[in-house]
Amino acid sequence: MEKDVVLEARGITMTFPGVKALDNVQLTLRRGEIHALMGENGAGKSTLIKCLTGINDFESGEIHIDGIDGPVKNHSTRDAQNVGISTVYQEVNLCPNLSVAENLFIGREPLTAIHTIDRASYNKRSQKIMDDLGISVDVTQNLENYSLAIQQMVAIARAVDMDCKVLILDEPTSSLDDEEVEKLFVLMKSLREKGVAIVFVTHFLEQVYAVCDRITVLRNGTFVGEYPVEELPRVKLVAAMMGKDLDDLAAIEKETVDIKNAEVVIDANGLAHTGTVKPFDLKIHKGEVIGVGGLLGSGRSELARSIYGADKANTGTLKVKGQEVKINQPIDAMNLGMGMLPDDRKAEGIIGDLSIRENIILAVQAKRGTFKPIPMKKQEELADYYIDLLSIKCPGREARINQLSGGNQQKVILARWLATDADFLILDEPTRGIDVGTKSEIQKLVVDLAKQGKSIMFISSEISEMLRTCNRMVIMRDGEKVNELSGEDELTQDGVMAAIAGGEKVNG
Amino acid sequence: MKKLKINGNTLLLLITIALFVVMYAGGMAAYGAKGFSRLQTFLDILKTNAGLICMASGLTVVMLTAGIDISVGALVAMDCMILACGMEAGIGAVPMMIIVIVIGLIFGAVQGFLVGYLEIQPFIVTMAGMFFARGMTAVISTDQKSITEQINPLFYKLANIKIKLPFGGYVNRKGVYMAPNISVGVVIALLVLVLIFLMLRYTKFGRSLYAIGGSEQSAAMMGLNVKFTKMKAYILSSLLTSIGAICFCLNTMAASVQQALGYEMDAISSAVIGGTLLTGGVGNVIGTFFGVLINGTISAIVKTNGKLASSWPSILTAALLFLFIVIQSIFAAIREKQKG
Repeated sequence: MEKDVVLEARGITMTFPGVKALDNVQLTLRRGEIHALMGENGAGKSTLIKCLTGINDFESGEIHIDGIDGPVKNHSTRDAQNVGISTVYQEVNLCPNLSVAENLFIGREPLTAIHTIDRASYNKRSQKIMDDLGISVDVTQNLENYSLAIQQMVAIARAVDMDCKVLILDEPTSSLDDEEVEKLFVLMKSLREKGVAIVFVTHFLEQVYAVCDRITVLRNGTFVGEYPVEELPRVKLVAAMMGKDLDDLAAIEKETVDIKNAEVVIDANGLAHTGTVKPFDLKIHKGEVIGVGGLLGSGRSELARSIYGADKANTGTLKVKGQEVKINQPIDAMNLGMGMLPDDRKAEGIIGDLSIRENIILAVQAKRGTFKPIPMKKQEELADYYIDLLSIKCPGREARINQLSGGNQQKVILARWLATDADFLILDEPTRGIDVGTKSEIQKLVVDLAKQGKSIMFISSEISEMLRTCNRMVIMRDGEKVNELSGEDELTQDGVMAAIAGGEKVNG
Repeated sequence: MKKLKINGNTLLLLITIALFVVMYAGGMAAYGAKGFSRLQTFLDILKTNAGLICMASGLTVVMLTAGIDISVGALVAMDCMILACGMEAGIGAVPMMIIVIVIGLIFGAVQGFLVGYLEIQPFIVTMAGMFFARGMTAVISTDQKSITEQINPLFYKLANIKIKLPFGGYVNRKGVYMAPNISVGVVIALLVLVLIFLMLRYTKFGRSLYAIGGSEQSAAMMGLNVKFTKMKAYILSSLLTSIGAICFCLNTMAASVQQALGYEMDAISSAVIGGTLLTGGVGNVIGTFFGVLINGTISAIVKTNGKLASSWPSILTAALLFLFIVIQSIFAAIREKQKG
C-alpha cells in the first residue's frame, strides 16, 4: 500500500438478487483527508459503505487496512469498529432516552470493582470529550433535550472516541440547518487535523467543495474515478455522476410552440407536497413538451406526482385549462384529462398476468367506472389500433404482457394513456432500460403527440434525449424547482448540466 | 453538577407518588375511625400485593425493551398449583420452591428465545405462554387446593411468620399493644424491588434494556447484543413471576385453575401508572412500586368502606390509567413542540 493510505478497497463486487449493486468498485482513503463519495441515488454509495462496515457481505474484492496484514472482511458493525471503521448515519443512531454520557459509553462502560457501571467516571470522561471537541452540553442530560445537530455530533464523538481511523459520515447534513452544518464542518476539519480519514456522503454539492479534499464518483454501481477536488469543478462532477453518453441518434424535428399565444393547460401556483417537493409555480401550454431535469432523487418524479395527485399536494392551487381544480387522487386527474406513465413500470405500471388488450384498456375502463364495461369489440379495436400505431411487437393482442420485452411493455403502457385521450401526459422515464432504436421511436412519438396538440411532461435522466424532444425544461434540485430553461442558447448539454449542478456556470 | 433538573419522566413519577399520597391521605381522613390510619393497614396492602410487586417489576423490565409479557398471571396459577400438588405429594417446601423458580427460568428462556432470536411479536409469544400455563394448571389438577399445616408445616410456618416492627403500633380495645408486622412475602418483594432498581441503574444489562427501548436499531448499531438482552429480559420476567408466585401462595395458601386471573393486566396497569411507557425506554421500578400501591390502596379503601360494590376498584383503575396515558401523551406532545 502506498504511504499514508489507511484503507484501500479494491474490486468490490456485490449482487443483490437480479441487480449488480457494485461492480469492481474501488476506494482509497488517506490519513487526514475528507473524501467525498458521490453518485446519484442508486449509484451504490450506501452499498459500498455497508460493505466496509460489515452490514453487506460482498462477493469479491479485498479491503486492506493500515496496520493489519492481509485482507479484512467485517461481518458486523462491531467488527468494523474493532478495525477502526466507525459510521455515523443520516438518522442519528443513538438512544434519545439515555443521557449524552451514556450514549457515548454504552456497551463499553467503565466498571467499578464490583462490576457495576462507574457513572461518575464516565460522566467525567464524557464531559471532557465534549469539551475537547468544543461542544457545550451537559452530558448528564438526556440526548432528546438537544438539537439534531448536537445529537449528530454526539454520534461523531462516540465514533471518534473509539479510536477510529476511518469515519464514515452518511448524509450527516441532510437534517441540519446552515449554522449547524457550519459547526459540523468545524468538527470535521479538526478531526482531519488529528489524522482521521473521513468519508463524506452528501447530495449537497456545495458542501463537497466546502470541506472535501478528494472525490470518488460512482455511477450505476461502477467506479467512475477518483479526483482531487480542485481538478473536478461542479459541472464535471455532475457529468461524472450522470454519465454523458451522447448517442448519435438522428435529430428530431421539434415543433416550436408560440408560448404566448398557446392555451395554458396546466397552471400550478405554489403547489407542494411536504417532504418531497417544495412549493413551485409551473405553466404548461397546449402542444408543448416540457422536460424535467435534475439528479435522481432531486424531486423530478415527485413534482409530477404532486400535479397528478399520486402524492396529494398540501398547499397551492392548480388550474387546468383555466379552471381551478382540486385533485385528491389520480382518478380526479384522469377525469381532467391527465395521464401518467410511472417510472417504475414493474411496480406501478404493468399488470404482468393480464393480456396486452387488458393492459391497454385499463385506464379507459377506470375512467368510465366499474359498472360501464367496454364492449369486447371496442376493446379489441382499441388494442389493435395501438399495437399497430406504436408498432408493438407481439404475438397478438391476447398475449400476456410479461412475455414482451421492456421496450414493448413500455409502449403498451403508453398506449393505455393514449387510449384515454388524455390532453396532458406525464411520462416518467419512458425510455429507461430500452434499446436505442425503440428509444428514438418513443421520442418521435412524443414530439408527434405534441404536434397533435397534446401537452407532455417528459422526465428523464438523459439530458440529451430531453434536449431533443423538449421545448422547455424545468430543473429540480433537492425537491425544489430551481430553474426554467428555454430557447436554443439555454437548452444545451452544458447549460442544463450547469443548472442541475447549481452555482457558477462553467464553460465546457 | 448536583443540580436537580426535573424532566418529563421524573415529573410523571412525582405525579404518581403525589397521587398515592393524596389518595392514601383521603383514605385516612375518611376511614381513620375504621383503622385506616394505622400503619398495619399500609403493611397489609404490601402483604396482599407482595406477589404483584415482583411480577410488576419483571414486567417493567420487559416493557423497558418495548416488549410485553401477558403470561405472568397464568404462570402464577401454574406455579401455585405445582407448589400445592408437590407439597401434597410430600415433597419439602424448599425443594418445591426451587423447582418453581427453575420452571420460571425455563419458561422465560423459551419465551425470550422466541422473542429475541426468532423476532416474534412478544404479545403473541407470551399469549401462547399464557394459554400454555393456564392449560397446564388444569392438567395438573382442576381441584381447589389449599395448603394446610398438615400438608407442609414448614411452608405453613413460613406463611405465618410475622416480623414485628419496633414502631408504629397501637393499643387495641382490650388494652393490648399490637406491634405492626410484615410477612416473609413483603420482605422478598422489597428485596426484589431494591435489587431490580440497582440492576436497572448500575449494570450494563440494565442500561442496555433502556437503550433497546429507546431505539432497538441504534442499540444494535452501537454494538449491544440486542437479541440476548431481550431474551434475558423475558427470563427475568418469568423468574420474578415465579418468585412472585411463591409470595402469592404464601399469602393465599391456595391453588386453583382460576387463580391470579387477569393478574398480568394488574401488573401492566401498575407499571403504566408508575410511568413506564409501553413504547419502551422509559420507566423505573420505583414508579411501578407506587403503581401497585395505588391499585392496592383503591382496593383497600373500597374494602374498608364495606358498602361499595367490589367492581369499583376496576373502574377507578380504568380512570387512572386513562388519566396517565393522557398525561403521558401531553408530555410527549410538549417535548415534540420544544424540539421543533
